[in-house]
Amino acid sequence: MTEANKIDVIQSDGLIVVKDLKKSFGDNEVLKGITTTIKKGEKVVVIGPSGSGKSTFLRCLNCMEDPTSGSIIFHGVDIANPKVDINVHRQKMGMVFQHFNLFNNKTVLENIMLAPIYVGKKARRKKLTDKSVKQIKQEAEEKARELLKRIGLEDKADAYPSSLSGGQKQRVAIVRSLAMNPDVILFDEPTSALDPEMVGEVLDLMKEVADQGMTMVVVTHEMGFAKEVGTRIMFMDEGRFIEEAEPKEFFENPKSDRAKDFLSKVI
Amino acid sequence: MGNFDKKLSTFYDVFINQEAYKEVLTGLKNTMTIAILGLIIGIFIGVIIATIRVLPKYKTLPKVLDGFCSLYVGLFRGTPMVVQLLVFYYVLLPIIGVKMSSVLVATCVFGLNSGAYISEMMRAGILSVDPGQMEGARSVGLSYSSAMMKIVIPQAVKNILPTLGNEFIALVKETSVVSFVGAMDLYVAFNNIGSNSYEFMVPYLAMAIIYIVIVCIITLGIKLMERRLRRSDRSK
Ligand SMILES: Nc1ncnc2c1ncn2[C@@H]1O[C@H](COP(=O)(O)OP(=O)(O)O)[C@@H](O)[C@H]1O
Ligand SMILES: [Mg+2]
Repeated sequence: MTEANKIDVIQSDGLIVVKDLKKSFGDNEVLKGITTTIKKGEKVVVIGPSGSGKSTFLRCLNCMEDPTSGSIIFHGVDIANPKVDINVHRQKMGMVFQHFNLFNNKTVLENIMLAPIYVGKKARRKKLTDKSVKQIKQEAEEKARELLKRIGLEDKADAYPSSLSGGQKQRVAIVRSLAMNPDVILFDEPTSALDPEMVGEVLDLMKEVADQGMTMVVVTHEMGFAKEVGTRIMFMDEGRFIEEAEPKEFFENPKSDRAKDFLSKVI
Repeated sequence: MGNFDKKLSTFYDVFINQEAYKEVLTGLKNTMTIAILGLIIGIFIGVIIATIRVLPKYKTLPKVLDGFCSLYVGLFRGTPMVVQLLVFYYVLLPIIGVKMSSVLVATCVFGLNSGAYISEMMRAGILSVDPGQMEGARSVGLSYSSAMMKIVIPQAVKNILPTLGNEFIALVKETSVVSFVGAMDLYVAFNNIGSNSYEFMVPYLAMAIIYIVIVCIITLGIKLMERRLRRSDRSK
């Protein structure tokens, strides 16, 4: 955090405050100025046509893509500023991908333990903790096994990801991000790559995570989930959020023609 | 075949009674030292160069480093190993005034040379790893270098293991060039036996057999290693 300390701390009531975020790939301006605030405990569901910039928006939130301009304030720090140590902030901002991205060279247990051990060791090097490496590993393992038990995959602890079904992979990916005790988790179409019969188990786990108060930003085409779990729907089209409303309001009474058109196609 | 029997007994006489086997053992030791250490140095250099070359290139430093790396790779892949060895031993070292044993020089040159080849294999290996692996690692807060070391490079190494094995075999075979700088190796040892007895058939045959056996052992070792690594693709 030393580097981050040099940067002005900005006060605000939102967990993530996005101000005039723009992102271009070459000449292609994908995000055209997005301003929004995500509050603690919110379940924001981002929907919109393919290619409208939903993934890019999500990936800018944790600076997986560097924003072209604008700011993203997380924990009072503008993480879009290249001087900020983004790795520290990503530990508190989990991400779940469409294609799971579990580490293929690690067992399920190692997948979950990797980041906690990494962070623990880093804290030890900086003398922020007196825990021994052994203790750090032990605690990470306990937590990982507990998480696996929670999703009923204790018996897969020593298996490699390639032996899991898609649904199992995604559930492991979700608990992998939970292992870091994040303040928010970003989901990018977490069920789009799954066989239909596995979608339910993943959505159930996401609901469970939501019920425990996790702040979530979810890009999805699962309108049932959006209605049931979402606290706010954000409709994106051509790099802008053109409509924002509570789920009931949005689905029953969409304002813009684009949203109406989109809903008529997906429902 | 009486003729061959005679040749065999001549060889036996020189090999055992005149203790030529000692030279052969030294030659074998040198061959393996140069090949194994050369490979280790090569992997080390190769991983570093490959990592530099796959770095995102919008800053100046990675661009400059990349320039140096491609110069290095070009030089070492563009000239024969013998030439590199001769230049190091007879040109560079005298100029900087350092004395090194010929085996040590050969080890270094082999390391530098295979580093250039391995860097290209390694680069292809790294690029063949799904970008999602890097993203997954970065998303949980690992730095670029940690993600590279813990997640991407182990998978890249696994992908290129068969090619790495071929590189090792090529190194073993190429060690015969060290005789150019006066180091003892299998070729020199058996050649000496031949010169001492004016009989080259059996010594060269024996030399060929030893090379074949070494290569077979390495091939077997790589197969075993691959099988062990492949286990991570299946369930336990
Ligand atoms: N890494 C990239 N390089 C270049 N163009 C990209 C990249 N990522 C996304 N884009 C472009 O940005 C636009 C929006 O993509 P994306 O955010 O993935 O949309 P969505 O997730 O809503 O389907 C698309 O036109 C896509 O081609
Ligand atoms: Mg997308």
